[in-house]
Amino acid sequence: MSLKRNIMIAGVGGQGTVLASKLVARAAMDAGLAVRTSETIGMAQRGGSVVSHVRVSDSAIASPVLTPGSADTLIGFEPGEAVRCLRYLRPGGCIVSNAQTVAPASAALTRTEYSGEAMLGRLRDCGARLVVVDGDALCAEIGSLKALNVVLLGAAAAAGALDFTLEQLEAAIRATVRPKFVDLNIRALHAGARA
Amino acid sequence: MGNEAIALGAIAAGVGVVTGYPGTPSSEILLTVSKRNPGGIHVEWSVNEKVALEVAAGASYAGARTMVTMKQVGLNVAADPLLSLAYIGVKGGMVIVVADDPGPISSQTEQDTRTFALFAKLPVFDPASPEEAYAMMADAFDLSERYGTPVIFRPTTRVCHGNAPVAISETLRPRAPASFVKDPKWVIFPRLSYENHIRIEQQLPVIGEEFSSYPRNSLSGEGTLAIATHGISSAYIAEALAALGDAVPAHKLLRVATPHPFPKRLAREFLEGVERVLVVEELDPVIERELQRLAGEQHLPVDVLGKGSGHIQVAGENTVDSVTRALAGFFGLPVAPAAHCAAAPEGAAEPPVRPPVLCAGCPHRASFLAVKRAMRKRKSVFCGDIGCYTLGNAKPLDMVDTCLCMGAGITVAQGLQVVEPDAVHFAFIGDSTFFHTGIPGVINAVYNQTNIVVVVLDNSTTAMTGCQPHPGTGDTMMGEIADKIDIATVLQAVGVKHVETCDPLQLEAAQAAVLRAADAAADGVAALIFKAPCIHVAPPGVTYTVDAEKCKCKICFNQLGCPAIMSVDGKASIDPALCYGCDICLQMCPFDAISTVTAETTGEVQP
Repeated sequence: MSLKRNIMIAGVGGQGTVLASKLVARAAMDAGLAVRTSETIGMAQRGGSVVSHVRVSDSAIASPVLTPGSADTLIGFEPGEAVRCLRYLRPGGCIVSNAQTVAPASAALTRTEYSGEAMLGRLRDCGARLVVVDGDALCAEIGSLKALNVVLLGAAAAAGALDFTLEQLEAAIRATVRPKFVDLNIRALHAGARA
Repeated sequence: MGNEAIALGAIAAGVGVVTGYPGTPSSEILLTVSKRNPGGIHVEWSVNEKVALEVAAGASYAGARTMVTMKQVGLNVAADPLLSLAYIGVKGGMVIVVADDPGPISSQTEQDTRTFALFAKLPVFDPASPEEAYAMMADAFDLSERYGTPVIFRPTTRVCHGNAPVAISETLRPRAPASFVKDPKWVIFPRLSYENHIRIEQQLPVIGEEFSSYPRNSLSGEGTLAIATHGISSAYIAEALAALGDAVPAHKLLRVATPHPFPKRLAREFLEGVERVLVVEELDPVIERELQRLAGEQHLPVDVLGKGSGHIQVAGENTVDSVTRALAGFFGLPVAPAAHCAAAPEGAAEPPVRPPVLCAGCPHRASFLAVKRAMRKRKSVFCGDIGCYTLGNAKPLDMVDTCLCMGAGITVAQGLQVVEPDAVHFAFIGDSTFFHTGIPGVINAVYNQTNIVVVVLDNSTTAMTGCQPHPGTGDTMMGEIADKIDIATVLQAVGVKHVETCDPLQLEAAQAAVLRAADAAADGVAALIFKAPCIHVAPPGVTYTVDAEKCKCKICFNQLGCPAIMSVDGKASIDPALCYGCDICLQMCPFDAISTVTAETTGEVQP
């Protein structure tokens, strides 16, 4: 059976989408699969919307960028950012989204209330499978606000939305993350998987 | 990452000297050479692209292989040495990596470096993937050395910031030690330029002929219909053809990896028997024009379609989607829009707009606020420059009235001041940009007695591109400690009479300093250096919280635009995960509603 999985990781600059995409890519390489990823770097990093495209396949991949309707998995570090990327998700795909919102700095300007509940409602009703993760609670549990990225990867793996086992992702963490943060990230991975 | 592949390709090809100036999407190339330096490679962030190119030129004269890295607009700064060096030539292979940015995603222009190469009469390599970029570096160095010419290497953002597994060769090409041999050929004079011009014009077709046999320029398929493409668009075409499936009629496909000098023999073979060709390019229609010219020269009955005919968008980057639609139109095939999950009932909530903003705790926010508050009642114009602080244009700060290119804030302010002398003209410039192209502008203002206020936003790093060191930081890419070049001393040395340094995070003192500088600018150029480190190079302070009982006005929320401050139930609220502890909000608060919180309540924060 052939393996092809397109993953879109959506978040806000600074939330760590790049590391998440690196870990999936590492796991794919270790499994002998083809992988291409593409990142947002530069101007948009500063609190703007950021997206990582990750394509994993057992055959050659041409483009590093996803097309609309082609993502099998959408990982939202922020529910509004997940909604923004829904046009990339195929019907019947899987969304793994953090429950908590990041208020946009522009709220000061537009004075609009931003409701995470409304965003989660859209994710629920969009025709995809939805797993909501209480990122704040899990990050508090493992003692780091910065581990959200790996928590969500754990949840996505447990939901069967990544094609990699926790052991494969653990190995990817060991190969990618600086030694002093390995334990923290592995705890985050398992916390996300249990959620 | 494509940028890492380029760096490793250069190392494998025996590069000896690497120079550059940071700029998205090129910055990681030089960083990677520095990290993976096998020893013996001189790596430097030069003060600007012109300097970088000239340093590398010298090293190439002496026989070293050199690489220069920059973004596309950086090549504008390096244009002077580039065009002359094309005439003089090099001894050691020289590859100038210029990253183009279709979109543009992080740039001022959508200029095409292939067109620049055409103008400068230099060969250009245009890789389509990280793997190809790695392999092509060796070809580029070899070609440069064989023909004694600098070579341009131009990846685009999707190649630079695309990632793929790349097999790396462990063996490095040994290089003989280099030394400079004196020869009149290194001194440019009109007579020599005339002779070299003839040599270049004779040499380019020879290189073009060699490119016609270069395996990375590929020609496949048969038929009267044809597609020509380059770079990342060739990946999009592969995806689009797969999506359109068996209905796609027989066609030829040409991929051009070396657009200049154009591989004419290969292109002639491509056009033979073809009635219509669609050229799929990003940025300028370089291949399209070459094919049209060739069709004209050869009297070929072929329609060359692309940007000129409206079949391909003239601006912005291509996508698999846009290419699929273009190919479907070209082949006369139906294309169904892909089903997706974005449909929502009318009136459904949309995600908020999220433009890039200055980070929470960014000292630039404090600097802009100090100037804004101090100048509230005086006619002022605020000229910005290129860097994170361009983001000071966003409301509520709204402190960037102009922004053109690197170093232009100081000089544009002078032009405005000459026309409107009753206003105070401020020019904001970052520390790295000051060293890049800011200093000549200051000298010009002093010399021509154009009284402006130069505000140097010194955050001790090149923040926007990922915190590279510069002459003011005192560390180099060779891991050495250098004497820091002091900006205040530089300003005094070029004759600025009023030079004051202050901490923008002390709001009241900073406002007073702004007023002193504005007054001093009535009679001479005045300079104010706001010195406080970027939050990416300084540890966080304590975090702050709002006492909702005391919160009455929300001026922190309404005036600062700090991403850590939100409005919750009509009161300001600080997100402890984002607060960096700059305490500007505390200094602004007229109701003493803001105070520090202890570490236990925020949880442990780790990078």
